[in-house]
This record gives sequence, structure tokens and C-alpha cells, in this order.
Amino acid sequence: MIQTTHTMIQQGYMKRKNRLISVTIMLMALTICLCATMLLYGKTNYDVHTVIRVLSGEQIQGASFTIATLRLPRMLCGLLAGLAFGIAGNTFQTMLRNPLASPDIIGISSGSSIAAVFCILVLNMSGSGVSIAAVISGILVAALIYVLSKGSGFSGGRLILIGIGIQAMINALISYLLAKAAQYDVSKALRWLSGSLNGMRMENVPALCIVVVIFGMTILCLTKQLQILELGDDFATTLGIKIHVIRILLILSSVCLIAFATPVTGPIAFVAFLAGPIASRLVGPGAPTVLSAGLVGALLVLGADLMGQFVFSTRFPVGVVTGILGAPYMLFLLIVINRRGQA
Amino acid sequence: MRLTKTIGIYAGSIIFLGMCVFASLAWGSKNVAFNQVIHALLNNDDMSFAALVVRERIPRTIFSIMAGASLAISGALMQSITRNPIADPSILGINMGASLFVVIGIAFFNIHSPQQYIWLALVGAGITSVFVYFVASIGNGGMTPLKLALAGAATSAVLSSLVSAVILPRSDVMDSFRFWQVGSVSGATWDSIQLILPFIVIGFITSIAVTPALNVLALGDDIATGLGINIGIIRMICAIAGVMLSGATTAIAGPIGFIGLMIPHAIRLIMGSNLSGIVPLSAIGGAALLTISDVLGRVIGSPGEVQVGIITAFLGAPILIVIARNAKVRAI
Repeated sequence: MIQTTHTMIQQGYMKRKNRLISVTIMLMALTICLCATMLLYGKTNYDVHTVIRVLSGEQIQGASFTIATLRLPRMLCGLLAGLAFGIAGNTFQTMLRNPLASPDIIGISSGSSIAAVFCILVLNMSGSGVSIAAVISGILVAALIYVLSKGSGFSGGRLILIGIGIQAMINALISYLLAKAAQYDVSKALRWLSGSLNGMRMENVPALCIVVVIFGMTILCLTKQLQILELGDDFATTLGIKIHVIRILLILSSVCLIAFATPVTGPIAFVAFLAGPIASRLVGPGAPTVLSAGLVGALLVLGADLMGQFVFSTRFPVGVVTGILGAPYMLFLLIVINRRGQA
Repeated sequence: MRLTKTIGIYAGSIIFLGMCVFASLAWGSKNVAFNQVIHALLNNDDMSFAALVVRERIPRTIFSIMAGASLAISGALMQSITRNPIADPSILGINMGASLFVVIGIAFFNIHSPQQYIWLALVGAGITSVFVYFVASIGNGGMTPLKLALAGAATSAVLSSLVSAVILPRSDVMDSFRFWQVGSVSGATWDSIQLILPFIVIGFITSIAVTPALNVLALGDDIATGLGINIGIIRMICAIAGVMLSGATTAIAGPIGFIGLMIPHAIRLIMGSNLSGIVPLSAIGGAALLTISDVLGRVIGSPGEVQVGIITAFLGAPILIVIARNAKVRAI
């Protein structure tokens, strides 16, 4: 009797583990496919052979410029930003135990956005200055939201409400800056605000790559603690987790991911919000979702960018596509979540 | 004693509103001396520069009184029918709903006159509020403030990405939209005031008329039903009145947030929870706040202006944060 229960539990465990592994491998394969498509497909299509030759450093008339200067940075930025948004969004959602509490809804992304918009429109800056300002202000705003929601003991609900309040304030400022600006700059800023992979350059990639690797790894290493934190503060303390240290580490890593990715691509709508729930549906209940959420984020960004470039008659920036595609799923999710009574 | 207190509060708030109105006529990028303001108001044939400035400011002042009163009443109604301290047209996503419809109208149906904006804005506001209310009230525990805020924020996010999808390829629409989106009373003219007046008057009368029923509703659905109130119908009438007030204002001014959140709370602190006091006083308070915010925006932004929507967001968001901090954790 005991033996059979034991084997059943073990079988279940193996089944879930196999599912996690196979889903992760599938997602990776899909991501690689999309990355390859982004390099191969476009106004002129190149064959695999040419792409490999260009990537290995050979100079080919025409192809070198298109692939190495235009498509490669675009693909890499999309991939990295997608990973960053996916992982960070998933971390917030898990930690606050609320799938709606993603950084783009509770005001954390807007902290980076306001600095970037200010730099673009008022100071006429571009490049690394914008990124640094956006990172600093993203972290400051996140810290402000966290401190304000501390009060007597931490509460996820309070953090969400305060985040929404701060978001409203920042959005008012952004609208003001937009209304003040010259017409030419507005379309640039608005394009950036909805998230776009246009004009990506190779200089953006190394810094973003380092950040994604460092903080992504940090969160990946804390996966176990994150899952325990999801059970509630009391359980986590009993199970021997230093909740404050872990929480601050997780928040800091996620905010850094968001804050570094946002100035490069703009806050791509809904990627941070959708990646987590989609990933947890794919890997099944109870399984760790950090890596798969990151992969889903990357898939969303790359897929949406391909659609935005080639499906419609006008070229839409990636954020508009994710916004429109994400909208119905988000509404569905809202209804499902509320019905289950989690929010 | 009670009566004198009530009369005192009314008189005080009306005097305060009067002062705000006077400030709105006198101050701005050009300051006009008070005696010149009075002179300009009393003598229609005064053609001095100061008098013209004052007369230029009359429509926007009247409009800000109407808009402030409408938004505050709309907030009071929504807070009482949803029994939710943070219900406000901007948090419920109503403004974005109105925005989306107006933008679609401008972009696809070649609509450029305010007469048509207003209907679009009303329809958009109505659909969005019903939707957000519906989503937030699904599930266990009914509609909690947190669920409402999240449903509103999420819906706003969806709507705003739809808005950018519509306007990004069209730079002309983008240009007119960005000014509308900030929330400003500067675009008010006599025509636009006339246009929204019927909606606002009907909204006011309805909301004053339903306050006794709302007071009973505050006792709880069961008691209210027992006392012979048809709660469904009352809720619906209030919702329609609230959406009409905020939608009509939004159509002309663009989204102005937080008036509906702040004022009813402040009034409740002074007057207690009797709605027959809260509704009219909210109207006066909202009018005063919006007018004075507009003056503030003009003085800060001189020689241009800081749009009033930004000032109210900066005054209002801290209040939301205070409410969130004071609310009991479980209650959220």
C-alpha cells in the first residue's frame, strides 16, 4: 500500500519534471527558430549559408550591412529585452501572488519611461545617457513605491494600489511633456513609448546582455525561495527563508532587468504581463516558471516584431502588436483570475 | 446648532468657490488687478486690454466650474454605488474608454466637431465602465478596491495600446490627440459649454434626486431591499448619471483625473457620510478645486500653462496613496 503510494508520487513527480523539461526545450527551439527567421527573412531573403558566412565575419557585398548592421542587433535586442521583461514580470507576479501585478501595471516601468521621455524630448539626448537616466529613475521609483507600501508590515495589495497611484502621476507628466514637445519629436517619443525595435544598434547589446545574464541568473538561483515566498510570509519564515533579504534581492534584480531593457526598446506593452501566466499554463501548476517565462517573453517580442514588420501594410512598432494581441488574452485572464478569487 | 453648522459650511464653501472664480479671472500669464476685473465684469463697453483678458477667461472659468462639479459628483456616485473608496472616473478606466472612441472617430470616421465627440465619448465611457465594473465584480468576495483598481488599470492599459495603434500611423491625429489627452480646460468655448450643459444639468438633477435612495443603499443591499428600494434600478440610474457627467466633461476637456477621488473623501471628513450633504458639497468643492488647479497651472506655467489634468494628478495621486496606506491590509 505504502509502496504503491510512493511510486505514484514518484511517477507524478517524474511526469511533471519531464513536462517542464520538454516544454523548456520546445520554447528554446522555437526561440532559436524565430531568431533565425529574423536574420533570414526581410525585404531581401538570404539563405542560411550567407547568414553563417556573414556572422563568422566575412564581408559580403550588401548582405553584410543588412544582416550584421540591421537585423542582428534588432534580433539580439528583441531577444534580450523579451527575456528581461518576461523574467521580471514573472518575478513580480509570483512574489505579489497576483498575476495582474506586473511591472507595467504597477508603475515600475513608467519610472524608467519618464526619464527616457524627458531625455528624448527636453534634453535631446540619445544613446547611453538616456539609458543611465532611465535606469536610475526606474530604481528610484521602484524604491519609492516599496517604501511607501511598507507602512506597518509589507502588503502586496497596498504595493499594487500605491503603484497604480504613482503610475497615474507619472503618466500625467509624460502627457505634459508630449504636449509641450515639437511635433517632429512627438512621433519618435510615442513610438518609443509603445515599444519599438527600430534603429537598434550593436552598441546597445553588450550592456543589456551582461545585465540580463547577471540578474537573470540571480533570479534563476532564487527560484526555490521565490516559490516558497509565494506561499505567504508566515510559511516562508517558518521554512527558513530570510524574507526581507530575498524579497529585496528579487525586487532589485527585476527592477534592474526592467530598467536596463526599457530605455533600449521602450516599455513593450504586455510582455512582462503575459509571459508569466502563459509560461505557467505551459509548464503546469507548481513548476518553476522563471526560465520559461523569460523564453515566452522573448518569443512574444520576436514574433510580434516579425508581424509588425511584415503582416500589415504600415509597419507597426512591436509594442502596438503585442498590445493588440495581448489585449484579448489579458481580458480573458482578468475574468479567470477574478473568478478563481485570487485578486 | 446642527443647522447653523451646515449653513456655515455651505456659505463658507460657496464663498471659497467665489474666491477661486475671482482668482481664475484675475490671474494667469497676465495678472489683472482686482478692481479692473470688477470693472470689466460690470461694464460691457470697457474695451481696455485688461477687460478683454478677463472676458477671454470667462468661458474657461465657467467650464472649469461645471467640469469640477461634474467630476466630483460622478466620483461620489461611483464610490457609493460600488461601495468602494477608490472609485473614480480615471481609475475605472472611463477616461481611456472615452479617448479610444474619440480617437477612432477622428481617425476612421472623419469626425472633427465637438458635437460628435461628445456622443462618442459618452458611449466609450459607458461601455468601459460597465465592462470594468463587470470584471471587478466577478468572483469571490464581490468587488474589492484592489480588484476594481486592477481591472481599471488593466483595461486602461489595453485601451491605451489600442489608442496608440490607431494614432501612430496618422501624424495629424496624433497631433490633435496629444493636446486632448493631457486634460485641459483651455479649449472651452461658449459653444462647447452649451453643448454639454444639458447632460450636466440632467446629471446634477438625477444625482440630487437619488441621494435619499443612496443613503438607504449604504445600509446594505438587504436592508435597502427591505425598505422598498429597487437596488438594481437605483444603481443603474446612478451609474448612468455618473457616466454622463464624467463622459461629457471628458469629451471637452480630455481626461482629468482624481477630482472625483479627492473631493468626496474630503467632504466626507467634514460632513459625515450623509449623501444628501456630500453630493451638493462635492459639486461646490470639485468646482473650486478644478478652478484653483487651473489657476495654479496658469501661474506655474506662465507664460504658457501647465494643463489642469497634470495638476490634479499631482494633487490626487498622493491622496490615493494615503487612502491605500490607511486602509486595513485585509480590507484591500
